[in-house]
Amino acid sequence: MFCDECKQKPATVHFTQFFNGTKMETHLCDTCAAKKGALFMNGQFSIPNLLGSFLGHTFGILQQTAASPNNLTCSHCGVTFNDITHTGKLGCAECYREFDQALEPTLRRIHGNSQHVGKVPSRGGEKVLIKKKIERLKAQLQEAVTAERYEQAAEIRDSIKELEKQLE
Amino acid sequence: MSSDLLNSTYVRWMEPGPESDIVISSRVRLARNLQTVPFPHLLDDKTGQACWQQITQAWQKSSLKDQLELLSFNNLTALDRQILMEKHLISPNHAEANKFYQGLLVDKEGQLAIMINEEDHLRIQCLLPGLQMEECYKRAQMVDDELESNLSFAFDEQRGYLTACPTNVGTGMRASVMLHLPAIVTTGQLNAVVHYIGQLGLTVRGIYGEGSEGMGNFFQVSNQITLGQTEEDIIANLTAVTRQIIQQERTLRENLKNQMHIQLEDRVCRAYGILTNARMITSNEALGHLSEVRLGVNMGIIDGIQPYALNELVVAIRPAHLQKRAGREMDPLSRDIHRAEVIKEKLTSRKAKPGSSPAAGTSEEK
Repeated sequence: MFCDECKQKPATVHFTQFFNGTKMETHLCDTCAAKKGALFMNGQFSIPNLLGSFLGHTFGILQQTAASPNNLTCSHCGVTFNDITHTGKLGCAECYREFDQALEPTLRRIHGNSQHVGKVPSRGGEKVLIKKKIERLKAQLQEAVTAERYEQAAEIRDSIKELEKQLE
Repeated sequence: MSSDLLNSTYVRWMEPGPESDIVISSRVRLARNLQTVPFPHLLDDKTGQACWQQITQAWQKSSLKDQLELLSFNNLTALDRQILMEKHLISPNHAEANKFYQGLLVDKEGQLAIMINEEDHLRIQCLLPGLQMEECYKRAQMVDDELESNLSFAFDEQRGYLTACPTNVGTGMRASVMLHLPAIVTTGQLNAVVHYIGQLGLTVRGIYGEGSEGMGNFFQVSNQITLGQTEEDIIANLTAVTRQIIQQERTLRENLKNQMHIQLEDRVCRAYGILTNARMITSNEALGHLSEVRLGVNMGIIDGIQPYALNELVVAIRPAHLQKRAGREMDPLSRDIHRAEVIKEKLTSRKAKPGSSPAAGTSEEK
């Protein structure tokens, strides 16, 4: 079978399309298929679109429970939630805070999780680092109390208080 | 020094490395964004300029100053950007970028690269030969720490590093290995392997990402999840799974050798015959035969060909590298003819002079 387009090379790509119930078959060689590729595939399978549908789906759920987030606008960059569902991209770091609730289910669907546990930057992440340290100390405090090392426990308690002051 | 990366085929990952009979290269990529600047797709000339300045100043103040060179994409031709893409130094998307505030910081051998204003403001990448996930991770983190001392990155206590696309948020880290799995494919076990990989939060793609699945039996395995796992866990998981795949591929290669020795030799030698005699060849066909020859070299069926030469050929036969070498634009037919010449030359000259150093190989390339 030869290519429908150039009628020279053997057809290696076969498309079947349905228009209002009518079946239409197209047979192309790889060169013509690559040229036509834009027509058939354009925008249908791109990642942003997939992601957009992820986010759009989220919106569908939210619509039933809360006011439509579609008109929500990020006060920092001006991107709307509607834009995000179309592009699959957020506009700026602030978007994560502005659309926090709407994003939560999407993040869970993508990652199975919505809480970061990895690296924390030392700049801008100072508070997080202190909080983590406090958590560690609290665990140590518990251990010390259980083992009845009260002197050590008192020391740990003082360091925790010191760190908590820095957080205020 | 960038002229080397643009004018020759050589990149560091082509060299031999740990387990490099199966693992071509390892890569760690970290996505980072500046705190107050809109993400790259919203930048205009003015905000883009400011963003570019912040990033390049941070680089100049850091200890990376002399190690990396800055390329701005409005100074590069589309062909040069494609050259960088074919070497895996920038993404296909970034190769289409031509704004003055988009570019690349890269070292001499293409081991460390920082894409500027691709999907995120910064994408720090470390790319090494063979299975070296931990080393890649260590080096990428070092660059991250170095830049962080001069830049405020967008970070949220709950969501981690904030990225333009929510699929990267959290660690912002994508770790990947490029694998050559001819025996797994030949014995029909690929689907089982892909299924197993998918269940462990990893994903499989082709040599040039989406749409290049299975080309030359090359596969890229990377982590899917970036939120809720530590960087160390991601690296350890990917390394462990990779080791299992290596084990599987080696066992199957051994089986093929024991049970179908002649058939295997026949396949390898036919592929070599076509590559050294074809007058014209498409890149897909060439990749397929190069895959067979690579298997033959690693299994001792063919000798006198350096594994390095085969890695180099995978890149040298891509359209931009062919056109750069010829010094002119070419239509697909002339590319097919030129490709056949390049392959023949590389394979036969190497056979005549086994043990010639990789450095000599790159200077042949003009």
